[in-house]
Amino acid sequence: MIPLSHYLILAAILFAISIVGIFLNRKNLIVLLMAIELMLLAVNLNFVAFSHYLNDLSGQLFVFFILVVAAAESGIGLAILVVLFRNLSSIDVEDLDTLKG
Amino acid sequence: MEFKTVLFYLFSTITVLAALRVITARNPVHAALFLVLAFFNVAGLWMLLQAEFLSLVLVMVYVGAVMVLFLFVVMMLDINIEQVRAGFWKNLPIGGLVGALLIAEMAAVLSGRYFGLASLPPQNMPANYSNTKELARVLYTDYAYPFEIASVILLVAIIVAVMLTLRRRKDNKAMHSSDQIAVKSKDRMRLVKMAPEVELPAAANKGEQA
Repeated sequence: MIPLSHYLILAAILFAISIVGIFLNRKNLIVLLMAIELMLLAVNLNFVAFSHYLNDLSGQLFVFFILVVAAAESGIGLAILVVLFRNLSSIDVEDLDTLKG
Repeated sequence: MEFKTVLFYLFSTITVLAALRVITARNPVHAALFLVLAFFNVAGLWMLLQAEFLSLVLVMVYVGAVMVLFLFVVMMLDINIEQVRAGFWKNLPIGGLVGALLIAEMAAVLSGRYFGLASLPPQNMPANYSNTKELARVLYTDYAYPFEIASVILLVAIIVAVMLTLRRRKDNKAMHSSDQIAVKSKDRMRLVKMAPEVELPAAANKGEQA
């Protein structure tokens, strides 16, 4: 029987990898979006693991809703990316300084 | 070693390796394909956790829809890889430091005696237990309002994605049927009041020409 902590540590490793990915790929908006997907996957893995070990289905319901929100987020993110590339011909985060932020 | 343990370590190893390749791949297409591999292996892990419905939904929705959308966008954009990779290794020291700290702290907390739930008796469900049916029962009773809100979120996402990428053409020659129906008869023919034109006598005209 695999203990719960194994799943939790695996999710922590996935989360840390995606944070490192956000640090590394500062110039590539597509890989940034993929790293966010990976983060959400790690969170979902935690939810499913707790749901199984505590014998409570609410965790899986939350994963369901997170999947919905993640799908909406990636759809809108990719739409923004397409509009951005159409206007700037670049997907560099550094070029997104129109608002002088 | 039990077979499920072997499967767990196999799936988790491939997941971690694929995630590492996602963030380090030169080509965004390769990154997307490695992300698909990671999703497949996490779906296998969820299968081990007896979350069959979510595991299949992950494969169908994520691999089938979201990652295909990613690949479509990656292939549609014309990206200069060299330019995108500039300064890639510059951020590695601080990024690696943050990642290693995060893993170390999480492992220190999670591997303690509070989360080692191995002693919990494994749930032996009856053979006709359906994960999908149980999920649906909870979803349509206790979580009915969140379910409807989720559907509204998806509708908003559809409208936003269409409106953001919609491009109206200036040189469009399409007909406007509402304008055509609402047309009046005076829009079709215009009566102009003007002074009558006087024709010169034919003889004088000829004489001038000669």
